[in-house]
Amino acid sequence: MALLEVKDLDVRFAVRGGDLTALRGISFSLDKGERLGLVGESGAGKSVAAFSILNLIAKPGYIAGGQILFEGKDLAAMSERELRKIRGNRIAMIFQDPMMTLNPVLTIGTQMVEAILAHRNISKKEARAIALDRLKKVQIPSPEKRLDQYPHELSGGMRQRVIIAIALLLDPEIIIADEPTTALDVTIQAEIMDLLLNLCEQENVALMLITHDLGVVSQVTQRMLVMYSGRIIEQGPTREIINDAQHPYTQGLINALPQMGEPGARLFQIPGSMPSLKNVPTGCPFHSRCNFATEQCKQAMPEYVRSGNVDVACYEVANLIEQEKRMQEAES
Amino acid sequence: MTSPLVSIRGLEKRFDLSGSLLEQITFEGGRFRRKQEAVHAINGVDLEVQKGEALCVVGESGCGKSTVARTVMGLISPSAGEIHYDGQRIDNLDGKAALPYRRKMQMIFQNPYASLNPRMTIQQTLEEPIRFHHPDWSQTQVRDKIHEVMHSVGIDPDWGSRFGHEFSGGQRQRIAIARALAVDPEFIVADEPISALDVSIQAQVLNLLMDAQESRGLTYLFITHDLAVVEHFGTRVAVMYLGRVCELADTRNLFAAPRHPYTQALLSAIPKLEDDRPNHIRLKGEVPTPVNLPSGCVFHGRCPYANERCRQEVPQLIATDGGTQVACHAVEEGRL
Repeated sequence: MALLEVKDLDVRFAVRGGDLTALRGISFSLDKGERLGLVGESGAGKSVAAFSILNLIAKPGYIAGGQILFEGKDLAAMSERELRKIRGNRIAMIFQDPMMTLNPVLTIGTQMVEAILAHRNISKKEARAIALDRLKKVQIPSPEKRLDQYPHELSGGMRQRVIIAIALLLDPEIIIADEPTTALDVTIQAEIMDLLLNLCEQENVALMLITHDLGVVSQVTQRMLVMYSGRIIEQGPTREIINDAQHPYTQGLINALPQMGEPGARLFQIPGSMPSLKNVPTGCPFHSRCNFATEQCKQAMPEYVRSGNVDVACYEVANLIEQEKRMQEAES
Repeated sequence: MTSPLVSIRGLEKRFDLSGSLLEQITFEGGRFRRKQEAVHAINGVDLEVQKGEALCVVGESGCGKSTVARTVMGLISPSAGEIHYDGQRIDNLDGKAALPYRRKMQMIFQNPYASLNPRMTIQQTLEEPIRFHHPDWSQTQVRDKIHEVMHSVGIDPDWGSRFGHEFSGGQRQRIAIARALAVDPEFIVADEPISALDVSIQAQVLNLLMDAQESRGLTYLFITHDLAVVEHFGTRVAVMYLGRVCELADTRNLFAAPRHPYTQALLSAIPKLEDDRPNHIRLKGEVPTPVNLPSGCVFHGRCPYANERCRQEVPQLIATDGGTQVACHAVEEGRL
């Protein structure tokens, strides 16, 4: 059984003039110790997907349907009280901006001890010892000193290390990291990603990494989901998707990267931009920007088809697979 | 070699932190002392931008790259050093004398959500610079010009009566580019013009900037932290660290054979699609604060090759065999 299994998740935002569907029919699973990447552009729904796992979507957002099974229990149906026992304890989160997640008026030590005591019945002294141990794990120089420092006394990279240390405090099963390095410089990003990857491997923690950076996904994760306009359009092993993306959107996203182009030549570009949630087109949400779009694409959302180990929601890919099958049959 | 379009000579910029005189005075050990502190944002930068090229300035936050851009544009005045445009010194000109240069030099900012006036329609936004620089133009001339630039950035001229908030981030950045192009500039300073945009939109805007360069013969000073973009876009690259240029090279040379240890670390830190794991050169510690600059080479505290000379003496940019200019004692001495 998978550690976390999300089935047909729908998330909506109740706004004036009707509901906006932020997530539609999201299904994926995460195994113990697995590292999964969620990729997509802003507004694709990757953060909503991550937040909804711990039911952290703020009103007017709500989970409209589907299940979120964590060790067989449905998080979507749990009471706030029960959920609180899981949040930060079994499933931890790391957010984008470390300055926003740390309380500026409390020392690092106070915040860490507080988080431990919220879940464990131990003495303050023991809690402090755990906090110190985690700070050592994230390789912060002079960790004893850091416990008594305030967040503003640390640099951005150091703060993000503290955040990772806090995520690790209670030996979680899953860490959900929402763009953990986007606010950081590239050399610091490399260090933080390296650290996160090593810790997840050592402690056998599953990681759900939300990012828009395909390079980071490629370096860190084993499987990835590509999201577009609230749907998963492609999911499978990271290497397979990066090397041979099936969905036209994923292909476009990869080809638009400057490192894919000939230096100085025009970059490949996907025309237009992602539709706003207010007017998602019928059928495949990508059809208005897609070079392969046909009448069929405008009618209904395509079902997932399997190509290799990758699941893709695209009629064009489905047709290609169908053709290939027919050709093989004709040959034999 | 032809004379450069823009040359930056010995540029320095300090931002005073100590406040007013009264705030500077402290009482220590029985006597009053005056304490002054400043952020040393730029510490002696010499750069030349040749006509028709795209000179990229890269570096991490706090290295002074945006300060260079703003000083060149005259948005902030330098503490020391000179800016020359087409042979004429421009950093000491007064408002009226600087006017022709304001038209020739335009800027594109990072955040198109902040750089467009929310209370102005696109028409007004584009009209303002044209009317300011060409007060003698007729209504028709102005309108034709607006149509021309809107067309060239791929925004439908019929949308002129809309406001900035009605557009997506990518479209807003196109409008910001249109505004810069509206007065037919020769030189454009672009400060992180695509970092606020999504990947697929980044490609669109980069293509647009390249098309404009080709069709209008523009010269760019392109500020960015994204090295992958530099490799694609830049003719030459200047790598900055703590307010100094540590390496200046042709883009191809820089990516093929980075010489400065900092450049090497920076390049290795870019996550690449073909990587299965992060593999980067680890640097010791973090970027020191620009308030108290390290002595000697600003990079020595984190450099694996640093020796006594690096701690004492500030390295100057020297040309190497490949044409790359590097400010590093280790490279000069052949240790690296």
